[in-house]
Amino acid sequence: MPIKVAYQATIEYMQILDEQGGLDAKLARDTLTDDQVVMLYEHMSMCRRLDEIAFKLQRSGRLGTYPQNMGQEAIASVALAARPQDWMVPCYRENAALYLHGLPPEMILLHWMGDERGNQIPEGLNITPMSIPIGSHMLHAAGIGWAARIRGDDQVAFTFFGDGATSEGDFHEACNFAGVMHAPVVFICQNNQWAISTPRSKQTRSETFAQKGIAYGLKVRQVDGNDIFAIFRAAREAVADALKGQPTMIETLTYRLGDHTTADDARRYRDPAELEAARKRDPLIRTRKYLESKDLWSADQEEAMIERNKAQVDDIVARATNIEKPKTTDIFDAMFATIPPELARQRDTMQTNSLGQFPQQETLRRGATAHSPTQSPAHA
Amino acid sequence: MANLTLVQAINLALTQEMEADESVVLLGEDVGLNGGVFRVTEGLQQRFGEHRVVDTPLAESGIMGAAIGLAMNGIKSVPEIQFEGFLGPAYDQLVNHAARYRSRSRGAITVPMTVRVPVGGGIHAPELHSDSPEAIYAHTPGLKVVMPSSPYDAKGLLISAIRDPDPVLFFEPKRIYRAFREEVPEDEYTVPIGKAKIVEEGTDVTVVTWGAMTIQCINAMDSLPEDLSVELIDLRTIYPIDVETIVESVSKTGRCVVAHEAPLTAGLGAEISSLVQERCFLHLEAPVQRVTGFDTFMPYYKMELDYLPEAPRVAEAIAACAAY
Repeated sequence: MPIKVAYQATIEYMQILDEQGGLDAKLARDTLTDDQVVMLYEHMSMCRRLDEIAFKLQRSGRLGTYPQNMGQEAIASVALAARPQDWMVPCYRENAALYLHGLPPEMILLHWMGDERGNQIPEGLNITPMSIPIGSHMLHAAGIGWAARIRGDDQVAFTFFGDGATSEGDFHEACNFAGVMHAPVVFICQNNQWAISTPRSKQTRSETFAQKGIAYGLKVRQVDGNDIFAIFRAAREAVADALKGQPTMIETLTYRLGDHTTADDARRYRDPAELEAARKRDPLIRTRKYLESKDLWSADQEEAMIERNKAQVDDIVARATNIEKPKTTDIFDAMFATIPPELARQRDTMQTNSLGQFPQQETLRRGATAHSPTQSPAHA
Repeated sequence: MANLTLVQAINLALTQEMEADESVVLLGEDVGLNGGVFRVTEGLQQRFGEHRVVDTPLAESGIMGAAIGLAMNGIKSVPEIQFEGFLGPAYDQLVNHAARYRSRSRGAITVPMTVRVPVGGGIHAPELHSDSPEAIYAHTPGLKVVMPSSPYDAKGLLISAIRDPDPVLFFEPKRIYRAFREEVPEDEYTVPIGKAKIVEEGTDVTVVTWGAMTIQCINAMDSLPEDLSVELIDLRTIYPIDVETIVESVSKTGRCVVAHEAPLTAGLGAEISSLVQERCFLHLEAPVQRVTGFDTFMPYYKMELDYLPEAPRVAEAIAACAAY
């Protein structure tokens, strides 16, 4: 018997907009319009500004630990491929996509200011709160997409995670469930090369992260993660496939230009030369170069945009900062649809000790003391 | 009315809720064609189809996480975890996600999910098929924890759980799945979550228990002298615990025995003892007694009845408490 090939796979890598702003016109056909590229450039620039300001707010003590998104703004392109009814099930380095899907930017600041109201997604927006532990939220996306299929709803669930998350068991279970259930889910692995201090090379021996999806019957593809055209095209194709019951995994090759969070210092473990090389691949630089090469952008426009972004970011920061402190009772009232009596007691007294809380016991004690100190009060 | 076992009562509750609400979806390992390893979901896939009674891959975290996602997007998911010992892999999803979503999103996202889990020992099962982890989940904010001890309550509590807008962990005591039958109304009815049941009224000692231990306690009471009047409380809901019923009873009897299968240390008996001493201190005639499993692992089945607090141990504790 000859040995046969049981399975063989290839993984396509797609780049449409290169680091110098050069566009592959053929691949770019029917993707982003000029207006959309301008809008994305302005949006990504605003996100960069907001990210920098958030960093400064942390350093000046007005914001808690914050994970910078710097360098990964091109992920916003996914939101252009998504329809309003689609779900975003994020981690915390795709803010640019969430804002474009409708999330008020001050909510993310509010979250990192230690306020749960930053997760109180407005009604009508299908976005889940940022997932802080790594890798567990992709299963929710699998369930959300599956629910849409059961109910016959025209919805796709996008879920975002990093390279490190693919080492978590839940990532594999999520891919497997989405595959088996034909759930309309798009898994987006933002491979930014680092999981805090663990480099991509120590995260997996696989040649790509995308290939992990193949094992679960997902359609997979690797794209330049700093290329708004490639991300858009891959995401749009993934939506079409998802609606046919075929989930996709997209690996976006990008780079975390900042530290893991404001509590981290990447200089302890990262070669400065690597960072310098990555800066040249910045999505903002290449998008601007492209726009300028097409005469769609000028120095004057850039200047005007910077002013607009400053004002907009100031406004976002003010909204996050000027909100009144939440009520302590919120922590109790948010637990269940209907608060159980004992929890209501804790809320109303802000006490967990018992003395003084049960008048019947007090009366008994006083009664016992007054009448017969030696007799068991129960029989008094 | 029909004379049903606990398994049949649960099956009936699932059938009726699935009939009444097409957003109710069951999922788990072997729950479909096979009807579940205990046959609790027998016939439901044939009746409601593969899209509503779903055989899943063998992955507890996956089942729990996907069930959370389903519940977040309009499906009342009812995942089954085959045995309580397999909750381990799903613990993170249940405790860190299902339980927390409402609070962390300040009500924007809710998880109306009912997790069905066979629980407890006494059926000669293999390792990790006989534990009683209810206290762990009672200690988890955001989860409701339920454990019926009779077919009637099982049906009514399960219907309440499925209709509850928050996640409910529904433990099914496997030792009494088929131990006895009871009249169960065919009509839909609910038993409220958070309300204990006084199984027998009494005046001398209060016995607090739940799940399969309720039957052991009844047997214990049968072996005690007739002039010893025992009030037996079946909690039915582990969280939120019905403090009022316990306190009212112990205030009357002045004596309290708590019986559970789970280990002693930091078990639910400790919580109940605390509640009783805090609120019935001046009524107490004796120290609160705990009759529980030991702080060991549930042994393999040759010795499981040595571990479990069977009726004689319970009877001894009740008698000692009464005599104190």
